[in-house]
Amino acid sequence: MHIKPILAAMRHHKAGTVLIALQIALTLAIVCNALFIIQQRIERMARPSGLDETNLFVIRSDWADKSDPQRIDAQMRADLIALRQLGSVQDAAPINSFPLLGSGWDNFIKLQPDQVKMTTDSAIFFSDEHALAALGTRLIAGRNFTASEVGAQQPRDAMHSAQVIISKDLAHRLYPDGSALGKTIYVSMGRRPSTVIGITDTLQAHMTGSWAGPYAYNAVLVPAQLLNDYTYYLVRARPGQLDAAMRDAPKALFAQSRMRIIDHKDGVMTFAQVRQRAYGPDRGMAILMGIISVVLLAITAAGIVGLTSFWVGQRRKQIGVRRALGATRGDILSYFLTENLLIGIGGVLAGVVLAFGINLWMVSQFETARLSLAYVASGVVLLLLLGQGAVLAPAVRASHVPPVEATRSV
Amino acid sequence: MFAYYFQLGLRSLRRNPALTALMVMAIGFGVAASMITWSVFRAVSGDPIPGKSGQLYTVLIDNRGPQYNDKGEPPEALTYTDATALVAARKAAHQTLLFEVAPSVLPEGNQSLPFIAHGYATNTDFFGMFEVPFEFGGAWRASDDEGRAAVAVISHALNQQLFNGADSVGREITMDRHTYRIVGVTAHWDPKPRFYDLFSGNAFGDPVQVYLPFARAVDVEMDTAGRNNCGSNVDFGSGRDAWLHGECVWVPMWVELADQPAANAYRDFLTHYAAEQQRAGRFHWAPNVRLRDVNNWLDYKQVVPPESRISLMVALGFFVICLVNTIGLLLAKFMRRAAEIGVRRALGAPRGEIYRQFLIEAATVGLAGGVLGLLLTALGMFGVGLLFEPQIARLAHLDASLVAMTLLVAVVATVLAAFYPTWRAAKVQPAWQLKSN
Repeated sequence: MHIKPILAAMRHHKAGTVLIALQIALTLAIVCNALFIIQQRIERMARPSGLDETNLFVIRSDWADKSDPQRIDAQMRADLIALRQLGSVQDAAPINSFPLLGSGWDNFIKLQPDQVKMTTDSAIFFSDEHALAALGTRLIAGRNFTASEVGAQQPRDAMHSAQVIISKDLAHRLYPDGSALGKTIYVSMGRRPSTVIGITDTLQAHMTGSWAGPYAYNAVLVPAQLLNDYTYYLVRARPGQLDAAMRDAPKALFAQSRMRIIDHKDGVMTFAQVRQRAYGPDRGMAILMGIISVVLLAITAAGIVGLTSFWVGQRRKQIGVRRALGATRGDILSYFLTENLLIGIGGVLAGVVLAFGINLWMVSQFETARLSLAYVASGVVLLLLLGQGAVLAPAVRASHVPPVEATRSV
Repeated sequence: MFAYYFQLGLRSLRRNPALTALMVMAIGFGVAASMITWSVFRAVSGDPIPGKSGQLYTVLIDNRGPQYNDKGEPPEALTYTDATALVAARKAAHQTLLFEVAPSVLPEGNQSLPFIAHGYATNTDFFGMFEVPFEFGGAWRASDDEGRAAVAVISHALNQQLFNGADSVGREITMDRHTYRIVGVTAHWDPKPRFYDLFSGNAFGDPVQVYLPFARAVDVEMDTAGRNNCGSNVDFGSGRDAWLHGECVWVPMWVELADQPAANAYRDFLTHYAAEQQRAGRFHWAPNVRLRDVNNWLDYKQVVPPESRISLMVALGFFVICLVNTIGLLLAKFMRRAAEIGVRRALGAPRGEIYRQFLIEAATVGLAGGVLGLLLTALGMFGVGLLFEPQIARLAHLDASLVAMTLLVAVVATVLAAFYPTWRAAKVQPAWQLKSN
């Protein structure tokens, strides 16, 4: 196939050529970035929480009478006994916040009491010796809390705990050589140290915001019931009895005391709902980008079909002349395909530059990651194939123009 | 002539149905995507208190020092000590302070269940400064703040729930086992973003249901339901009192200052206050204060979710591609009629007439695209909930201005896109066309 005559022909319809190339370039730039956003969001949503999420649900109980701390402490202990006695419940634990909740308590963690800057930030989960069983998270080193170690923490008191269990990632962040077990760390603002008695497998923090990215898997378990105006109960249902447990648990709590508020809308949530809530915007963004990419590719393809059809219509006479002079149908077909390929290559070259430009701007604005070359490469292939596919129908129609067309005057 | 060209335009739409459908769809999808994302963006990025946003300032003082503050910026709210001292100083025209509360409300009657009401502990200036409209009664008096009175203002919705919408001024409401006398019922008021409490991340929170005096809430030890940020330097001791008078920040404060000189004077006063704290030995650093007006504060706190910005940008890019597509298709459509143009020109039509005819024809295409875009936008409003949290999604709605804007943007964009194809059409040489056919 000779390229020169194609280039010469293109010079006669510069505008159309430029428009198609421009459309391909813009489409490539946007689709690459959209696919990249989709991939990033899906990656975020697929992060493990470290919990055994099936059969797990949470209840939020607000104290209606805002009674004194001692009564809250006693009420929580009574609630937990009632929950654990239910036939449909395997285990239950009190907790002030939990992975993926979005809000909670986070503290700066230090290795020395007089350290000025924090070593890292971490979620603080106040719970008891049932926490690990309720979460479904296993210890990879050390031991669990004992019932006698579990105390009470008033929200405005200085926080202190002689023993803590920390997550694997936090342990690694504090002691990269793997020697965290048995070491002392400073998890509160005070100068009193806490000894690491256990290290859990992966355990996600409650923070889901992008600012918390580096701390997303830092968690400290403190053996104390936090005596706040409300508490959460993490409840693990026996396998297959989630629905029953979710019905039974609030009833059991109300039987304990009616002076509590369990919101009818989100007072009782399965962990699947917690996850959905935490990642809703990510899923939505991925879906939106998906829809936009598909519609965009469809519109670009349709645009190519439209303009090429117009060119074929315009050049029927010339095609007829070529056919009369001995060009085969294949020649005509490959002429249009090559023409489209040339325009497409011009378009994707501009598009690659544009795609990286948009990504750089997004990096500066939204702290997103750098666009990987693989995305751009696959975008290039996708658009070139799309162009060839779109041009096929008009090109076939062109190849069917009979040689006799050359003799017609209109 | 306009009506005639419009008719021609409509007829031409029918002439190449496939090409026309393609253009209408491209414009429709493009404008719909832009309008849906725009409706969310305008809701989250709007000025929550237009006309006054330049006169309301949040007050920030660095009580942590250069070693512990956030890259030189003071914490995002005040300590109880600073907020109460600055409000008591009365150096601004109006000043208010607040913290979020979530008391349990026990409705009258034995059968009713208690529920959590969301609100703020604040002072009387809050209502005037933020232009809170009242349905019944009004704000409590300054003397109620000073007297630490058990009074409350409730919202229209809470009044509906508790008193079936009757004038409840003078009646009582029980919160956290204490009774408060209702002095006012607000009309619906829910500025978005909720600029005055960005500190606790409530920019798009559920509507506020109740307000009560700050001093009273502190007296009954009502705890903040919002954020409490103690930084990392302070060992504030134990117990509520130590916390209350310690260096944890949890009280947003706002002042109303009529003009720039007043703002400058207030900034001087703040610097002076911080210098005094330094002299007293509480701060070991030079005064570091901020006075941020509403829009500056919204900006600083980056209230607009990145999802909203990104989706708007992508949608606009999408629309641009649709327009490029339209330019190409219009070019094809118009140039196919070169012969017709040649005849018209030969019969004496000036270039201006050609321009007019084809631009009007493009406008009809744009209008058709706008109508399709409107349908898609209406449909897409249901999908907004997929992309954003419910609190943000419910802010997006299809109103008259969005309908007008959808149609206008579609028509204007299409006419702009049509300029090049029309220019080409008008350049057609009548003689050449007549000769070759």
